[in-house]
Amino acid sequence: MKLNSIFLSHKKGTENSETIAMPLPARVKISMSQHMGAPCEPTVAKGDRVLVGQVIGESNAFMSCPVHSSVSGTVAAISELLTAGGKVCKMVEIDTDGEQEVSPDVKPPVITDKASLCEAVRQSGCCGMGGAGFPTHIKLNFDESKYKVDTLVINAAECEPYITSDYREMMENADDVMCGIKLVRDMLGLKKVVIGIEDNKPQAIKLMREKSADDESIEVKVLKSCYPQGAEKVIIFNATGRVVGEGQLPSDQGVIVMNVTTAGFIGEYSKTGMPLISKRITVDGDVVSTPCNVKVPIGTSAEDILKFGDCDKEKVRKALFGGPMMGMCLYELDTPVTKTTNAILAFGEKADKKKGIEDRCTQTNCIKCGRCISACPLNLMPTELEKAYDRRDKEALMKLKVGLCMNCGSCSYVCPAKRDLAEKNQLAKAFIRT
Amino acid sequence: MEKMLVSPSPQIRDNISTSKVMTHVLVALCPALAMSAYVFGGRALMLTGFCMITALIWERLCNLIMKRPDSTKDVSALVTGMLLAFNLPVTMPYWQAAIGTFVAIVIVKQLFGGLGQNFANPAIVGRIVLMLAFTGNMTHWVVPFYDPDNIVTGATPLAAAHSAPADYLDLFLGKVGGCLGEVSAAALLIGGIYLIMMKIISVHTPLAFIGTVFVFSYLCGEDGIYQILAGGVMLGAFFMATDYVTTPVTKTGKVIFGIGCGIITCVIRFFGSYPEGVSFSILLMNILTPYIDMITKTKPLGAITKKKEAKSE
Repeated sequence: MKLNSIFLSHKKGTENSETIAMPLPARVKISMSQHMGAPCEPTVAKGDRVLVGQVIGESNAFMSCPVHSSVSGTVAAISELLTAGGKVCKMVEIDTDGEQEVSPDVKPPVITDKASLCEAVRQSGCCGMGGAGFPTHIKLNFDESKYKVDTLVINAAECEPYITSDYREMMENADDVMCGIKLVRDMLGLKKVVIGIEDNKPQAIKLMREKSADDESIEVKVLKSCYPQGAEKVIIFNATGRVVGEGQLPSDQGVIVMNVTTAGFIGEYSKTGMPLISKRITVDGDVVSTPCNVKVPIGTSAEDILKFGDCDKEKVRKALFGGPMMGMCLYELDTPVTKTTNAILAFGEKADKKKGIEDRCTQTNCIKCGRCISACPLNLMPTELEKAYDRRDKEALMKLKVGLCMNCGSCSYVCPAKRDLAEKNQLAKAFIRT
Repeated sequence: MEKMLVSPSPQIRDNISTSKVMTHVLVALCPALAMSAYVFGGRALMLTGFCMITALIWERLCNLIMKRPDSTKDVSALVTGMLLAFNLPVTMPYWQAAIGTFVAIVIVKQLFGGLGQNFANPAIVGRIVLMLAFTGNMTHWVVPFYDPDNIVTGATPLAAAHSAPADYLDLFLGKVGGCLGEVSAAALLIGGIYLIMMKIISVHTPLAFIGTVFVFSYLCGEDGIYQILAGGVMLGAFFMATDYVTTPVTKTGKVIFGIGCGIITCVIRFFGSYPEGVSFSILLMNILTPYIDMITKTKPLGAITKKKEAKSE
């Protein structure tokens, strides 16, 4: 069996750009909602001096992890933020003092078993850095009596066009990646590790193979360069042959999936104890004159980063956090970077049509060509789903399994009638929950 | 600074559109058009052009009367006009051809809601209506390379399958009598392969259709290759049975559709009172399409079906 996929032009123009540390911005705005779990409450107040790595947001919720300051400086305000996802949450604005004084709380963790690993990972503020942002310690802390997890899948597919930050992580930080992988494997007692990399990154495949040559339990699996190779269910299937069923977690199939940058961070954290306060970001798009990879403190605004890439903000008509297939449009350019941001793409107006970044295209009637059905990696029928949603037919939507849709956008991409099929699926998912 | 554009993902779209798909079909029909012009002379081109233009006019008039947006840009009317012309004998009077395009565009397509909403292939229904209304003109087959001043008619190779069968090579290349677009199997095959290579159509329907005609003919003691090359099987299999709107969406559905078309075609040819059954077979299968779609839904990856749910409870 082979899953459906589509082919996109890679546009990985920044793959050879070594990561540059961006100069400190004058002010960072750190969102209290950094991942898909519960948002944190600020633990600092206006006027407080904060240090690098100091906890500034905490939550008692199960699905949450603390937020740390990425700079040293003074809290200027605690205000509200409209996130790229359209939600409103609290944020802590910090004026940087340029000293980058490290908090005394920052010290390497002692990790001896699964429990201490999970606690350390929680304290590090780590969440999945592939995009969805699932708090990592919850993923690692599976119930051993319930799930027989034996395999760790490292997701290094990076199937979205433009983005190269995971690739740079592997090229620049290979030792930390391996260290993180081995730490997780040993503490959780996993038998096998599969690193899935798309075949458009031969250098990374070579390097990862070299680094894992002495370890039989680590396999580097070369995957076809196609979209959405990096989607969780897709990479689990292509790397291990296991099918994560409806309503199941990967651990139901004995698998844990972790993004390669997350693994690299865990490796680094185990050595330094520095929590997740900076992020490698690919800056690209047709109005960015100097596309590059930059390491930025969490909370840096998109505007500052685009300026670093020599982008004239007057020309920007559409800016994205993430890739062009699943990324989210920014309402305002001063939206700050979060832990899950892996790219900032900026597009202008004139090149709209040529570059394929379009405003909403004119929709025409569905001609039943079936392209969406042969594009859907999960074998759904987007055209049928759209019709079912248009007549608000809850039963048909459930029967057609709209809940499985992961919003990869392949159906919308291939549609000759330019119908917003992926958007309809999202609406339908919200509709059946009501 | 202007306001930022915000839209739901994905932000990029494939470089394909309905009009591009239709233009590819037009291009794919060109070899057959060239062949019919070679065999039947300039009137073949005139008649094809006439059908395309009238189809476009009917489409635009419908838009204006029904106060719908201009749909002529999607090129589908031109495809319908061309396909209908390919189903006519070269001597067909123009005014009757215009009635054919009227039926196809206005009655079959626009009255049902325009492209995407019609349940039957417009060109097929156009042909069938003309066939029933003007049977004489629709079965007036001239011999290839005819002299317009001294028209000699002959039987189609299909009608003469037993009395005076045509040469395979003549059938393949198109040096036989028949409808405009049906004569040259080779030209249609080139167009069909072009469409498959451009990923406009999938190979399932034509293969199932043609394969079934071959096997069924063989089982009935007929000459399978002759049955494929003569008549409308090639045109139907590559260009009419692959119409997106009126055929099933899934691959399994397409195979069922093709097999059904093949069987009905042969049954009409061998046991019915018409010499040709391609258009009726496609129309009948068009009607069955919603049911085929219903039974050939895809199985989502990892989906739990009702049965399994019941078991686990």
